[in-house]
Amino acid sequence: MTSSLLYALAGAILCGIGLFGLLWLSHLLRKLLAFNIMGSGVFLVMVGLPQHQGGPDPVPQALVLTGIVVAIAATALAVVLIRRYFHLSGMTGLEDEPASPERGPE
Amino acid sequence: MIRTLRILAITLACVAFTGMLATSIWTIAGNSDPGNLPQLLSENLDRSGVEHPVTAVLLNFRSYDTLLEIGVLVIAGIAGISMAKTASLEDPQLRTADSLLYALQRWFVPLMLVLAGYLLWAGADRPGGAFQAGAVLAATGVLLRLGGVPMEFLRPGLLLRLGLALGFTVFLLVAVASAIAGDAFLAYPPGMTKTLIVVIESVLTLSIAMVLLALFVSAPVNDAEDPEEGSSS
Amino acid sequence: MVEWLLDGLLVLALVVTAAAALWSAELFRAVVVFIAFGVLMAVAWVRLRAPDIALAEAAIGAGLTGVLLLDAVSHLGGKRRRAHKPGDGRQ
Repeated sequence: MTSSLLYALAGAILCGIGLFGLLWLSHLLRKLLAFNIMGSGVFLVMVGLPQHQGGPDPVPQALVLTGIVVAIAATALAVVLIRRYFHLSGMTGLEDEPASPERGPE
Repeated sequence: MIRTLRILAITLACVAFTGMLATSIWTIAGNSDPGNLPQLLSENLDRSGVEHPVTAVLLNFRSYDTLLEIGVLVIAGIAGISMAKTASLEDPQLRTADSLLYALQRWFVPLMLVLAGYLLWAGADRPGGAFQAGAVLAATGVLLRLGGVPMEFLRPGLLLRLGLALGFTVFLLVAVASAIAGDAFLAYPPGMTKTLIVVIESVLTLSIAMVLLALFVSAPVNDAEDPEEGSSS
Repeated sequence: MVEWLLDGLLVLALVVTAAAALWSAELFRAVVVFIAFGVLMAVAWVRLRAPDIALAEAAIGAGLTGVLLLDAVSHLGGKRRRAHKPGDGRQ
């Protein structure tokens, strides 16, 4: 057990937390946060697992670097879409159930 | 009742997912697979034209990934600006009247521009490169934008499209040129590697910053009173 | 030993901030905690000896994402408060 493996396992836990949030929360921005947390978990697994055996490995690091930039672009696009959706429908969640578990900013 | 069942099912699914993931990570970590990727990389590093291994992977050994990545970014940028609802970039609503922000701008904008340039140049032999420089450049643009600087070039038009497509176009041109010259797709001609990488990284920086900034700017801001009249403003 | 303590605390902080970002009552607070999560991720990348990713994460996770999400929160929240009263009658 090395510290890299510890981070990879933490990445697995983050994936689980993110998946739960993605499925359970109904506010779209919260879903976006959960999606980002899930992505961070995947990145941690991708870098931590190969480094468990043989020290720093630049290949997964480069791939993760690419992935982070794509993730921020996806997040920004999602924010644009959410704001547009909010303009058109006035809702911040996909289903308009009044007793949704999200608690808004008020 | 249904809600309890639902949360139970979701929790169960997520715990099972996490457990499976952790088990497979543990199993893979247990296998002593002698991966030789880092050694292979350090042996071939002197042929790549740069001294930093991560930059070598991004811009030379796995440049295909980077090409497709900037393609994805351009598509995201186009999708974003097609949602744009900003009628005027000098909308007084966009201006944040905050004296702290003005002071911050005066100090930080030149500093961040220099930092972006440094990061771009440092990518050759130490941590840094096009992605970080592009992110810092985009953050500079966001800071300017929050202070109400108009930045005409972000209006959907020729300049924005040029900026968005520049990185992808130059990268693709280099790739196709090397393919026409007889090498493999994306194989840089020997002797020009370093120059080509610097050129590609510079245009990539510009394009990444442009995409992120365009996505930030194109978020609909106006029309705060009536959601039905989104098209009128 | 100190390194193990540091790694363990960092991992614990990552998991806790991730959970807090999803379950905090206010959306604004959730985004702020998420920014803190981004900063912790940058530290984790340093611990994983990946300075390139740490740089990118610090610039993107702590800077750009924060501005983007805070902007969206203030927009959605501010509008919601204004649009709430007519919305009650409509629905």
